[in-house]
Amino acid sequence: MSNDKEWKRKLLRDMVVIRTFEETADKLTLRGKVAGGMHNSSGQEAVAVGTMSALDPKDVIATTHRSHHHTLAKGMDPKLVMAELFAKATGCSKGRGASMHLADVDNGNFGGNGIVGAGVGIAMGAAMGIKQLGHKKVSVGFVGDGGMNTGRTWEAINMAVVNKLPFICLVDNNQYAVETFIDRVTGGRDIAKRGAGFGLPSFTIDGQDVLKVNRYVKEARDRALAGEGPTLINALTYRYYGHNVGEKGQYRTQEEIADWRDNRDPIDRFSAQLISEGLLSQDEYVALHAEVTAQINAAVEFAEQSPYPDLSTIYEDVDSGLLGAKS
Amino acid sequence: MSTQTETTRNTLPSYSEAFQQGVREEMYRNESIFILGTDLIERGGHFAQVRGIAQEFGLERVKDSPISEAAMVASGIGAGMYGCHPIIDLNFIDFSLGAMDEIINQAAKIRFMFGKPVPLVIRATSGVALGGAHHCNSLEVLFAHTPGLSVAVPSRAYDVKGLIKTALRAPDPVIFLMHKKLSGVRGEVGDENVLIPFGSAHTVQSGKDAAIITYGYTVVTAQKAAAKLAESGVSIEIIDLRTLYPLDEDAINETVKKFGRVVVADEAPLYGSITGDIASTATEENFKYLKGPIVRVGGIRAPISAHPQSAEAAIPTVESMINAVKKVLAY
Ligand SMILES: Cc1ncc(C[n+]2csc(CCOP(=O)(O)OP(=O)(O)O)c2C)c(N)n1
Ligand SMILES: [Mg+2]
Repeated sequence: MSNDKEWKRKLLRDMVVIRTFEETADKLTLRGKVAGGMHNSSGQEAVAVGTMSALDPKDVIATTHRSHHHTLAKGMDPKLVMAELFAKATGCSKGRGASMHLADVDNGNFGGNGIVGAGVGIAMGAAMGIKQLGHKKVSVGFVGDGGMNTGRTWEAINMAVVNKLPFICLVDNNQYAVETFIDRVTGGRDIAKRGAGFGLPSFTIDGQDVLKVNRYVKEARDRALAGEGPTLINALTYRYYGHNVGEKGQYRTQEEIADWRDNRDPIDRFSAQLISEGLLSQDEYVALHAEVTAQINAAVEFAEQSPYPDLSTIYEDVDSGLLGAKS
Repeated sequence: MSTQTETTRNTLPSYSEAFQQGVREEMYRNESIFILGTDLIERGGHFAQVRGIAQEFGLERVKDSPISEAAMVASGIGAGMYGCHPIIDLNFIDFSLGAMDEIINQAAKIRFMFGKPVPLVIRATSGVALGGAHHCNSLEVLFAHTPGLSVAVPSRAYDVKGLIKTALRAPDPVIFLMHKKLSGVRGEVGDENVLIPFGSAHTVQSGKDAAIITYGYTVVTAQKAAAKLAESGVSIEIIDLRTLYPLDEDAINETVKKFGRVVVADEAPLYGSITGDIASTATEENFKYLKGPIVRVGGIRAPISAHPQSAEAAIPTVESMINAVKKVLAY
């Protein structure tokens, strides 16, 4: 029971880390600190934390252009994420990727992506590698609702189905692709039905409920490890901010945004639940926020103090050189 | 006096607005033109390149697309064969890679194989700027290399408008590349009767000592380099190619003959870039006029970093351009 208490408090904490990170990074982006801007994931924390808490740390993920939440939930130190956003040499991708290209391949994060849908394919390929080498792991490919309309996503899903790969397609469905509402561009509307048509178990779930996301991913993982193949999970969620920082489009109403924030916020919901279950006190919750704020401030400080990449490094790592290329 | 010039400049259309103007004028002339792409309606495109057009012409003529690049280009090919003149807006040219079969195997080859036209404009923003490796590919040589495709690479509002109007009257697939860093740059545009032919270079400035042949944003870098060189009395001519296929070979030959000292520059990784083709063809045809080899300036052989200074260092800079000019002047 105390294990359960600690585990749930960790989920809450992980979500607060993401929210605090994003709110902080958003302001820094507006101040011009973040190279090339960023895609804020505030509102989508439960999808990331619910998923990652059901995985083994050695499982693989590959993600999208909106990936801070996945990356932090997978366990990357916020310092390395913030430094990467600043395009500093100490960032997880040596400052070469900034917000869209966060990665830690050695620890199973096969990277964010500038190309919609590409992460699904890479994660599927990792699942093929896992199966090929007989490892007991799964691979999760994140994709947005918009990414469910590109052919490469479904090619990858079909490949996973016919090869019974230990793969989960996790749709971070915030219902908008930039300014385009999902129903306007998604035939049949129901992504889980599409998945069913491809022959894999497919579920539409409440992505604002961290425990529910956790449970569905855990079951999908169990099926994958039992050799039963892939699962598609369409997690309904919402992004509170614009597509990219600074975007204040008129494509959705203030009422709609307020409704999601006020009535379905994943952090508010879960903290209230923990408090009512007696797993967390109000004071502890306040203290948690203070701790996380200090952690994120330290990440900003780290990013600020870090050097930019040396310009002489722009030629490095293009290829191994083993084939005879002179660098 | 200077404030007056400032005001006039501010009311001139931007590079993106020049695209809007050219497209709107042609949409009035030709009802078969429609635009398909993502976020073209409320946002007016990521670079405001079609802002207001959906509101003016309606949703039948400016269509919202799913993020399905292969299907977008396929729509353009089929509808083009059927009698429309589609504009497929791919947003960033990097996303054309998901539609490469449609572009290179289909759009480019249908006229040759079936004897039928494919009137189609594929518009995309290109060039090196912010955004990192997946948003800064310089792919123009792939298209220029492909028989059946024409490629426009305007560097200023005037050319954007004149070239898009020409493209929309031609029964051929055109890749229309607009540089990110130029989107907001204002300038004069022609009236509705000004069409700029493909394959006609533009002399940005005349000079006496050497020439830089280039296109896109590198025209701006060349101008800055030329201004610096002018301080020490060196006079540079700058030729903006405006289209990479067809290529204005006459202008290139004239330039080589006139100066015998020529630099060719663009942002694409140097190895296999179109500057190599321009330099070698120009050398074959004009060897006896050359005072020394044509010098190329281009991008390094590496993906583009998201770190802004690293990205800038990977492509021609004012400094590298000046060095190239000094090299040809030393012959
Ligand atoms: C192949 C490709 N096409 C278009 C884009 C431009 N783009 C970047 S994000 C995006 C919207 C993606 O929407 P969704 O998949 O729902 O993810 P979200 O932004 O909502 O997290 C688009 C169109 C791209 N990056 N890659
Ligand atoms: Mg979305």
